[in-house]
Amino acid sequence: MKKVSLFVTCIVDQLFPQVGIAMTQVLERLGYAVDFPDAQTCCAQPAFNSGYRAEAAKVARHFLDTFHDSEYIVVPSGSCTAMISHHYADIFEGDQKMLEQARGMGPRVWEFSRFLTEVAGVEDVGARFDGVVTYHDSCHALRELHIKDGPRRLLANVQGLTLREMEAAEECCGFGGTFSVKFPEVSGGMARGKIESILKTEAGTVVSIDSSCLMQLQGVMDRAKLPIRTLHLAEVLAAR
Amino acid sequence: MTGAQSETVKQTLGDARLQLAIYSATNRLMTHRAGAIHQDRLPDYQQLRTEANLLKKHTIDHLDYYLELFEKNVAAHGGKVVYCSDSQEVADFVLSLARERGAHLIVKSKSMTTEEIHFNERLEKHQLEAVETDLGEYILQLAHQRPYHIVAPALHLTRYDVAEIFRKNLGVESEVVIEKQTAIARVALREKFLKADIGVTGANFLVADSGAVVVVENEGNARLTSSAPKIHIAVAGIEKLIPRAQDLGVFLTLLGRSATGQPLTVYTSFLSGPRQSGEIDGPDEFYVVLLDNGRTKLLADPEKRQSLYCIRCGACLNHCPVYRKIGGHNYPWVYSGPIGAIITPQFHGVLKDPWLPFASSLCGACAEVCPVKIDIPKLLLKLRSEVTEAKRREGVGGVERLAFQMWAWLMTHPRIYLALARMSGWFAPLLPKVGPLEKWASQREIPKPAKTSFHQWWRARAENK
Repeated sequence: MKKVSLFVTCIVDQLFPQVGIAMTQVLERLGYAVDFPDAQTCCAQPAFNSGYRAEAAKVARHFLDTFHDSEYIVVPSGSCTAMISHHYADIFEGDQKMLEQARGMGPRVWEFSRFLTEVAGVEDVGARFDGVVTYHDSCHALRELHIKDGPRRLLANVQGLTLREMEAAEECCGFGGTFSVKFPEVSGGMARGKIESILKTEAGTVVSIDSSCLMQLQGVMDRAKLPIRTLHLAEVLAAR
Repeated sequence: MTGAQSETVKQTLGDARLQLAIYSATNRLMTHRAGAIHQDRLPDYQQLRTEANLLKKHTIDHLDYYLELFEKNVAAHGGKVVYCSDSQEVADFVLSLARERGAHLIVKSKSMTTEEIHFNERLEKHQLEAVETDLGEYILQLAHQRPYHIVAPALHLTRYDVAEIFRKNLGVESEVVIEKQTAIARVALREKFLKADIGVTGANFLVADSGAVVVVENEGNARLTSSAPKIHIAVAGIEKLIPRAQDLGVFLTLLGRSATGQPLTVYTSFLSGPRQSGEIDGPDEFYVVLLDNGRTKLLADPEKRQSLYCIRCGACLNHCPVYRKIGGHNYPWVYSGPIGAIITPQFHGVLKDPWLPFASSLCGACAEVCPVKIDIPKLLLKLRSEVTEAKRREGVGGVERLAFQMWAWLMTHPRIYLALARMSGWFAPLLPKVGPLEKWASQREIPKPAKTSFHQWWRARAENK
């Protein structure tokens, strides 16, 4: 049986375990033996993005050790995937041995939707979800990993689902990690701009492949008492 | 964005009229750009970006060679290159020239480089009048404001604002029709053009192999500035060099399209020296002031050096969700938006405005639209680490550093981390909303911690199998 390892990310582990559960279900239904390295924590992005590279290096090293033996690592986040595949090289600049390890890790890390379309080779996972959905392009998935059509094709094949594009699909939700708490008003303003665009679609659900964006959007929509929910792509694809 | 700055940011965010002005102007610029670079109209757009990047990289890596070549070719046409290391040297040069020639009035076309050195204010102190002739810059000069945007300096002002500025400063009736406002400025400026002793322009490109200064514009004021007065001075940063005239095929194709969506601006002037015998117009004297003002500092770092590739199209500002919220004046220097956020700390030192590289969600829209492919997010990240390093050396920012050190320890000790995370999950609803939690809650609801973590779910499942 084909084997994959899950890296669920710290945010999914602690706040949105249902996303990891859904991802497990989808992968197992496709016939994968799913494994979950227990020592996993975080990809190191919070420290790296805040300018603490030495601290980020420690956490990145922990990730590399934890997933040392994994052939395919599937991640429910474009941002964390890009951190590992694109930015570990910056963290270990000048450290030849670690750089080699980081470079070897890059191609083994797969964002969930890309794993489905490019490794598993499926676009219809046999899901059913009734409702109108709009898709939010998370910035790092879109601009660092160039993921745009895959998640949309997966959604389009879900029975009962209507995918309606919003005008500002590619606009940032305003989360940006510590940016959201360092510049809360700007971050909130960005989210509200995005939400205006979501409202115009009259979709009841916003779907993305990054839980952090969804946490931001859901938080602002809840504050405004809007009856719109956010779901990770994995949750929609696991629905029957 | 600390203290007073954060207050002005809040004002900008709360000003619905201003928000609309920024949004609609940047929207228009984005839409026009998208049309101009569309696959059907410019199929080799990505190829051109790569070429532009390589050309700039090559030029900046061999800047000494191209500076000398440019200087030699300007001299061959009878012009003169003047090297200035800072604003004081520029002012000294212009003042002594004005004194020698008995000049009193300077007309200026739009130039961010002269904004950078507070050119007008410096000359004013010495009774030299410098008049901006770009419509937007003229309005701002009357209103005593600095440019809001690299390309569209008065982007934040509505025609009603302009009517008020003209009424107050020019003694005219309030006029809200844009065409009529332009006519008012035209009358006032035409008189200045005819009387001016010196014309000062910036430069979009300095062409090394032909010694030409290339200026692009839409109003014709730069062409008048460079041809009507007897003396023309072009003030340009040393990074404006490109190797060959043929390279303009790449840069002019990208500049207008990236800035305003124009295939070419209305006027593109190639200025190479004073009027030659037999020519009917042009200045008697032609100077190119090459300004360093900190640029050579940027050359030191092979990665950050790419900040000097910028051709000042402003596309990164238009596409930046942060610029579109906070506008231009909340940035600490004349260069705003993403490009401002990476060059300001390099010019002024990272500790002067340490918040600046952090004022980004790292969405990457800037890098995606940059015509010379400056990796702005990567440089922001690098500058962030330089800020924390500098703070460590200065012995400040200890609380945040300690927090990240503790965090890194926890993230490398999973058993303890997971136990603590679960505990904080149970107690979360009871925790006081202070620090980051308070900031988060100021805009949004706090997500409820899950009853069981994925780790717990997985372990339970494994036990039940």
